Amino acid sequence: MDIGPLWLSFQLAFITTILLIFFGTPLAWWLSQSKSKLQPIIQTIVALPIVLPPTVLGFYLLIILGPEGFIGSWWVYLTGNTLTFSFTGLVIASCIYSLPFAVQPMQNAFESLSFDYLEAAWTLGASKMDAFFSVALPLSLRGFISAAVLSFAHTLGEFGVVLMVGGNISGESRVVSIAIYEHVEKLNYAAAHQLSVVLIIFSFFLLFGMFLVHRRWQLQ
Amino acid sequence: MNYIECNFLLRKGEFLLDINTKIPAKGITGILGASGSGKTTLLRCLAGLEKLQHDDVCPPNKRDIGYVFQDLQLFPHLTVQKNLEYGWRRNPNTKKSIIELSEILEVDHLFDRSINELSGGEAQRVCIARALCQDPKLILMDEPLSSLDIRCRKIFLPYLDRLNKETSIPIIYVSHNIDEICQLSDHIIVLDKGNVIAEGDLQDTLSRVDIPLLNSQHAGAVIEARKLKYDSNFDLSLFEFSGGELWVPGSYDILTGRFRIRASDVSLSRAPIESSTILNSLPSIIEEIVTETNATHLVRLRLGSSYLIARITRRSLHELRLKAGDKVFAQIKSVTVSC
Repeated sequence: MDIGPLWLSFQLAFITTILLIFFGTPLAWWLSQSKSKLQPIIQTIVALPIVLPPTVLGFYLLIILGPEGFIGSWWVYLTGNTLTFSFTGLVIASCIYSLPFAVQPMQNAFESLSFDYLEAAWTLGASKMDAFFSVALPLSLRGFISAAVLSFAHTLGEFGVVLMVGGNISGESRVVSIAIYEHVEKLNYAAAHQLSVVLIIFSFFLLFGMFLVHRRWQLQ
Repeated sequence: MNYIECNFLLRKGEFLLDINTKIPAKGITGILGASGSGKTTLLRCLAGLEKLQHDDVCPPNKRDIGYVFQDLQLFPHLTVQKNLEYGWRRNPNTKKSIIELSEILEVDHLFDRSINELSGGEAQRVCIARALCQDPKLILMDEPLSSLDIRCRKIFLPYLDRLNKETSIPIIYVSHNIDEICQLSDHIIVLDKGNVIAEGDLQDTLSRVDIPLLNSQHAGAVIEARKLKYDSNFDLSLFEFSGGELWVPGSYDILTGRFRIRASDVSLSRAPIESSTILNSLPSIIEEIVTETNATHLVRLRLGSSYLIARITRRSLHELRLKAGDKVFAQIKSVTVSC
C-alpha cells in the first residue's frame, strides 16, 4: 500500500490540530466573552472557510504565501525557502482551512460555561489566568475534544486547498487525498480503493469515539 | 469596635446603588430588602466582583473574603475535597487543616463524593466550608438557604450559629426572609432601591415604626427571652424577658431564644382583660404612634428595655383616645419562634 501519503496526511493533521488548539483557545475565549463591535466581524472571518470553496481559499493563500506574496516573501527572506509547495506552507493553509472546526466547538463550550464558576474561583483566591486553567478549561473539556477531533478529521480530508497551495510533491505535499485523486486519474483503482477504505474506517472510528464520549458525558 | 467601611457608588442601567455605611466586623450582619433592592449587588461590591465608578478596585482574588453564592457554584469537575482545597491551596497563610475546618460544618465524611452526589443541605454546607477553608477575614452569604426546603433550613441554621461562635469571622448575610435574619443576626441593614433606609441593632431597628418598607411586609418586633419553666400539663413554656413574662406553646430545649411578635398579633387595652383566651397580657407604655394606612396605625410600645409593635385601627385609636406616654396592656395572640 501507498503508505507515504497516509503518513504525511497524519503528520499534517496532527501538527495542524496542535497549533489550532494552541492558538484557537485564546481566540475562542475572546469570541465567547467579547462585547466589542469587532466581535461579529472576527466571528464571520473565522467562519468563512466553512462556506468558501477550497479553491478560493487556496487561490489567495497561493498568492499570499507565494515568493512574491506578503507572507511568502518574508519567509523567503528569513529562511531562503518558498512556502508554497512545501509542508510548512501546507500546515499554514490547513490551519486557516480548519480554523472554524477548532474554534467553534471551543467557543460553544466557553459560552455555555457559567461565568459564576469563574467568579467563585476568583473569590477563592485564583487569578484570572489561574481560574481559566483550573476551572474554565476542565469544564469545557468536551468542546476541546470536539475541536481536536473535528480539526484533525477535517484536515485529513482536505483536497482543494492542498492542491492549490501544495501541489503534488512526494513526501512534501502529496497527502492522501491528492494521492487518491492521482491513482484515479491513472485508472489505478486498486490503489485508490486501498487508501480510500483506510480513510473511511479511520474517520468513522474517530467520529464514533467522539460521539461516544459525548454520550457518556450526557448520561452523567 | 472595628467596622467594615462600605462606600459604593454603582450604576447598572436604571439601577443606582449608593451605599455609605459601616458594618460591624464581628457577629452576623443581616441585609434585608425586597428583590431588586441591591442586596446581592452590595455583596458583589464587597467581594470586588463589580466594576465601581471610582477605579481603585482591588481584584477579588486579592481580598480575604469568602463568598457563598446563592447557586453555590461548587466546581462539578472536582470532588468535595478538591473543592475545599481549591481556596485552601491558594491562601498559603491558612493555619488550620482542611479537616479541622470542615468539621465545623460536618462535611469531613463527604470528602470523596462528587458534587452531584450531594443532597441540597450537604452541598450548602460544603459551599460554606469551601469559603471557610480559604481562611477569610469576612464571609459573605447570599441567600444561603434559598435552595433548601423548610425542614432542611431548620437543621441548617444551627450550623451558621456554630460557625459564628467558633470562628469569630464576621458574616454578612443576605436574605429576604425576616425570620432567618431574626434568628441569626445581631445587626441589620435594610436596603431599598439601592439605598440604606435603616441600620442598627436588630431589636432596635425592627421595633421602629417609621420605616415603611419594613412595616408593610414584616412589621413586628423581636424580643430575646430566657426560659423559666415548662408546664407539661398544658404543654406551655414560660419565658422571661426584660419587659415581663411570655407563655409560648410547646417545649424548648434552649436556654434563651428570640421571638418575633408580629404587629398584627398585638392588640391593646386600657385595663387588663379579666377573662380572655389570650395568655399574654403585658403592661407597657406607648412610645410612638405612626399612621400606616387610612385605616391603621402602628404603635411602638416599651416594656422595660424591650419594644413591641402593635397594629391597631384608626377607629380604636380614637375610641380609646390613645396617645404617646399612655399606659396600656398589650395582648399577644401568638409569637413566631425564630429559634
